[in-house]
Formats: sequence, C-alpha cells, structure tokens
Amino acid sequence: MFFMKIITVEHLKYKYPLSDKLALDDISFEIEQGEFIGIIGQNGAGKSTLCQALVGLVPNFYKGSYGGTVLVNGINVSKTEVSEVASHVGLVFQNPFNQITGSKLTVYEEVAFGLENLGLPVEEMKRRIDNVLNLLGLYEFRDKNPFDLSGGQMQRLAIAGIIAMQPEVIVLDEPTSQLDPQGSEEVFRVVQRLSEQGMTIVMAEHKMEKIAAYSDRVMLLHDGKLIDFDIPKKVFSREDIEEYGVITPVYTRICKNLDIKDENGFYPITIDEAHERLEKIL
Amino acid sequence: MSEIEVRNLHFSYTKGQEVLAGITLDLNLRPTAIIGQNGAGKTTFVKLLKGLLKPTEGDIFVKGYNTKEKSVAFLARYMGLVFQNPNDQIFKSKLIDEVMFGPLNIGQDEKTAKRNSLEALDLVGLRNRINENPYDLSLSDRKLVSIASILAMDTDIVVFDEPTIAQDYRGKEKIKDIIRYLKDKGKLVITIIHDMDFVAETFERVIVFNRGKVLLDGDTRFVYSYRDKLRTASLEQPYVMQLAQKLHIGTPLLTVDEFTDWFNKR
Repeated sequence: MFFMKIITVEHLKYKYPLSDKLALDDISFEIEQGEFIGIIGQNGAGKSTLCQALVGLVPNFYKGSYGGTVLVNGINVSKTEVSEVASHVGLVFQNPFNQITGSKLTVYEEVAFGLENLGLPVEEMKRRIDNVLNLLGLYEFRDKNPFDLSGGQMQRLAIAGIIAMQPEVIVLDEPTSQLDPQGSEEVFRVVQRLSEQGMTIVMAEHKMEKIAAYSDRVMLLHDGKLIDFDIPKKVFSREDIEEYGVITPVYTRICKNLDIKDENGFYPITIDEAHERLEKIL
Repeated sequence: MSEIEVRNLHFSYTKGQEVLAGITLDLNLRPTAIIGQNGAGKTTFVKLLKGLLKPTEGDIFVKGYNTKEKSVAFLARYMGLVFQNPNDQIFKSKLIDEVMFGPLNIGQDEKTAKRNSLEALDLVGLRNRINENPYDLSLSDRKLVSIASILAMDTDIVVFDEPTIAQDYRGKEKIKDIIRYLKDKGKLVITIIHDMDFVAETFERVIVFNRGKVLLDGDTRFVYSYRDKLRTASLEQPYVMQLAQKLHIGTPLLTVDEFTDWFNKR
C-alpha cells in the first residue's frame, strides 16, 4: 500500500518575539496521510506552538524568528497566506472562547462561517452543517447563541466548525479539556473515524489513557525538542518518561508497579491489554 | 449549622426551562466534587451559591445568610469562586495587582492583602513572576493566577470551576496539594470537575448532577460504585475502578496505589 507523506517538518526552529529561548528547537518529522498523531509533553514543552506552526499562525500571526520548513500537503505554510493554508489544515484552539467568532448569533451560523469563507454552494453548506451538528451532538442547540452554550458545548462547537470545512489535516490543541467523560470519548471516536476516512489528525492532549487507546503514533516534546516519535506503547514504556513531566496511563502505572510486561518488553497501555495480562495472573 | 444549606432550589434563565429543578443539600467541611455532564447546571449552581444569580424558588444559606437578602459583595467575604475561564476573571496588567485586588476589595488592609497574595502566589508557584502581565502567561499559568487571586482572599469557602483545565501532570499535583492545604486550614472546598481519576484521588464527597437534579450524593467510593447511574449522567467510573470491575475484583479500588496494594496483599 502507498502511504502519502502529508506533513513534512524539517529543522523547524522558532522563537517568540521578546523571548530569548527557542520554543521549538530543531524539530524534524514526517506524518502520513490518515495517521492519528498524539502530541504529549508538560506545559511549556512546545505542544501549542507546534500546533500553531502546522497551520502557519507561527510565524505569520505571532511573528518572531523562524527557521526550517513546514510542508503540509505540499504547501510551505510559513510562505503561504493563512487563508490559503486554512483550506488544507484546520486548527481547533485550546480555549474555545477564542475560536467562536462573536459575529454570529446562532450555533448554526457559527458553523456556516468557515464554509462561507470557502465560498461553498448553500445546499452543500446545509448538508455539511447538519451532518457535523449531529456528529457532535449539537443539533438541538442549533438556534442558540454560541455564548449561551456551556463550556463543553462550546468546545464541541469549535470542533464542529473545523470538521465542517473538511480540511485534509486537523490539528487539535487539547480539544476535550472541558468535556464530560462520555463527551470526551465521543470526540475521540469522531476524530478516529475521520482519520480512518483518510483525514490526518494531530492532537495535543493530556489525557494519556485516550492518547494510548486512539493514536497511531505519539510525539513526546520537552523544552521545544522532539524527544521521541513512535508507537504509544514504546513511548509510554520509556523508563525516563516521568522526567519529561508526563504521567503514563493509569493501566501502565499499575502494570509498572507490578512489573508486568508483554513479550516485547513493553508495558500494557490500555484497559484491554492490562486486563488480558492481569487476568492470567489472578 | 452547615457552611452552606440549599433548600428546594429551583432556577431558570428562561421562564419554563428549569436549569435546576429542586435541589436540597448541605455542604460541610469535606472536600466535595460536583460532577455531571456538560449543561447539567453545575456552573449555574455555583453561581447561585455565590449570589451572582438568585433562586427563582427555594433558598440558599451561606454561613446562615440567605443569598437572596445579601449582596454579592457581602457574600464575597465568605466565599471565593475561581472561574472556569481565567480570561473572565483577570483584568489587571500586573500579576501582583491582579491577586491583591480581591483581598483589598473585601476589606483586607494593604499589608495583609500583600502578605496573603504573596503566600497564594507561592502556593501556585508564581511568586517569582509578580511583575509580569497575566496576559503574557500561558493558559495554564493564567488559571493558576485566577486560583491565587481567590486564595489570597482567605475566605472560609473556596469554589473551583474546572481547576484542572489545561494543567499537565505537575499542575494537577499542585492543585491537589492546594485542595488538601485548604482542607487542613478548615476551609470548605467545592469543585466542579470532569476528571474522574483526579476526583477519586482528591475528594471525600461526590455529588452527581443530572438534568438539574441531584442523581447521587455521598462518599466518593460509594458514588463511584454506581456504574450504570453514572453512565446515564454521561459519566464514567475512574479508570482504576473500570479495570478492577473488568477483572471481577470485589473491592471497589479507586486509585493506582490502592490497586497495587490490593494486588500485592491478595
């Protein structure tokens, strides 16, 4: 099978204006189309900055000093208009309050905003909006003012607005922080389905149990550097992982305490794997 | 007398659409988590406790004072609320001014306000940044600033709305320590939160909100043992408990340490 490289980052370095420290320090990696990539690392590691760099807001909005290249679907994002980049790669902000336009009076129109900017025919817009509102459980709130939604509903709206635009790549910066457990699980399932349909997903997240269960590969960042980029099992089995301010999934911690590994020397990272190992012993 | 008494509380923003539909409970000194699905009325409930909203029916007594009869300013001496979104709370251009605003406003003198503010900033780990602009900080640090601002007011009751948003592992540990510290100081801590494992490790009492009513209320272990009821409220058991149940372990284990101990002693 042929896998297309959809994101190629080479020697990316970046420094915010007024800062004397590199926020991203010589980062290189490649992502294939349809992959679900998790970005982990402690706060300040560079997760949000990397998300912003993938859509070109770093450096085009934030300015600062920039080196290296970020290619998404063949376009060099730092040298392309943000509006042009937006049709290829969408970003779901960390704080949904920052993403809601404030210029629309209903949830329905809010989702339409991005589509209007793409210049889609009305029928196509309606089809996509209905679809995405149903997908994220927001249909019943379609006539509500976005600012009357609860924190979690607003977060799902921010995700809906991006999914509706159907970009090739979606970058999500802690998209489930304000969601209840089932709501958060639903977002992971929706995103996984999109990745199975060929959309590429990059998600910064602190919910390690979810990252372990859903992502194809995990990127571990620390101090602006790329420490590791591998399958979740390998990354979460690193003996030094806590030194990077990252806690492993609950299941991994239990198995580590009990010294339970699989035949390849990795700790279980999901409930099913932990269950399978522990059941044999109990 | 309990710290807070809620009696037959009803509330609606729009007539005919009840957000809270008859809540009666007492809040005492046990650290208490309020959990429930998005839109269940949790934030509305704490705004009512704080007096920012008034009941459409029923009463709330904070330290014996009916919130309907007292001003928000009066109640602020007894209860501090850390907002869900720190940007709704922060408005000063210097960190120390931001944190000192609350204590000065409820009548602390300059010296006490300064001492309390520095102590609070110490607790959240931002004391070395007192001259910075809060808006230059990351979202997680801004959340810590909003927490420090409330701690500095030294109120008997502290309410957190989603304190762990944007926090990494160390940030969460810090917040866990702050909650324990407040408990040891004899304060009532009430927290709205979606992180079930954090609740399992930190809180003694859990109240489950569902469609404007209380679905479950009791000791953390007791509430978390109701798997199916939690599901109807869009919640889940903590991960450790899920694993224990899948393994048919009869003991309701809440945390990684409890699981490890149980396993080693079995």
